[in-house]
Amino acid sequence: MADQEQFSDLAMEYMSALYTVALRMTRNPADAEDLVQETYLKAYRAFGSFESGTNLKAWLYRILTNTYINTYRAKKRRPEIADVEDVEDLYLYHRLSGNSSASLGRSAEDEALDRFTDTDVKAAIESLPDSFRIAVLLADVEGFSYKEIAEITEVPIGTVMSRIHRGRKALQKALMDLGIARGLVGASDEPR
Amino acid sequence: MQPEGDDVPGTSDDDGGTPEAPAGFVGCDETIEKLYFYLDGELTEQRRIEIARHLDLCGPCVGAYGFEDELRKLVASRCHDHVPDELRERVAAALRAESGMPAD
Repeated sequence: MADQEQFSDLAMEYMSALYTVALRMTRNPADAEDLVQETYLKAYRAFGSFESGTNLKAWLYRILTNTYINTYRAKKRRPEIADVEDVEDLYLYHRLSGNSSASLGRSAEDEALDRFTDTDVKAAIESLPDSFRIAVLLADVEGFSYKEIAEITEVPIGTVMSRIHRGRKALQKALMDLGIARGLVGASDEPR
Repeated sequence: MQPEGDDVPGTSDDDGGTPEAPAGFVGCDETIEKLYFYLDGELTEQRRIEIARHLDLCGPCVGAYGFEDELRKLVASRCHDHVPDELRERVAAALRAESGMPAD
């Protein structure tokens, strides 16, 4: 049992992390703010059922994810997993190798990565279907384990692995397409 | 790249022989296939050591590993947003209202 009076002290520090993920989920600040506020209210009301000593951050993410899926996802038609083609292993690595001339000490492909801005990375993530996007965000931005993500999203761990791995590859394709459209990387393998 | 282990004659399909490389050795295909599990720290200790050993010896695989690692860091570092002060205040006020405590 957890004490509601402790809630703010314990939970407020996660707002920045929750807001970041909420923004990528909803794709707009107004909805993200509402989603975060709703998450905190629901968590506060349910805090009596939170087991002290277990993972509070994961518990908050579970509420955030469920709230998003039940409330905000219904608002707009979004791409489904079935709409995303399978992307091969090392997709971006193979395409960025030899794409630019590298300076000393860094490989061409690592250097090409540096050209992507925050806005590019966020846009590429936001282009993914919900279940891929949520899995990749929880794994790569928040650093949750597969098991934690399975608990947060309430799906089997095998499904979580598949979503993270396929989601990352779809993200690589999205980044590449964006990089070509913005002229950051060449469409061919020839050095720019 | 590691050489594939020689097939032992007469052990092809019928005795359920293991499809994996000899114990302690993994090849490039398996390394790339397991790369995300390796990066995520989600392999058994035995498998982790085998992949690490392959990466020590294989230039192409370590190049791919380095890139995937950089990409993960890029996603993690380029994806943060500042919480608006107004949101912090809104949430604090909503929780105060919920608890029945008076506003400041």
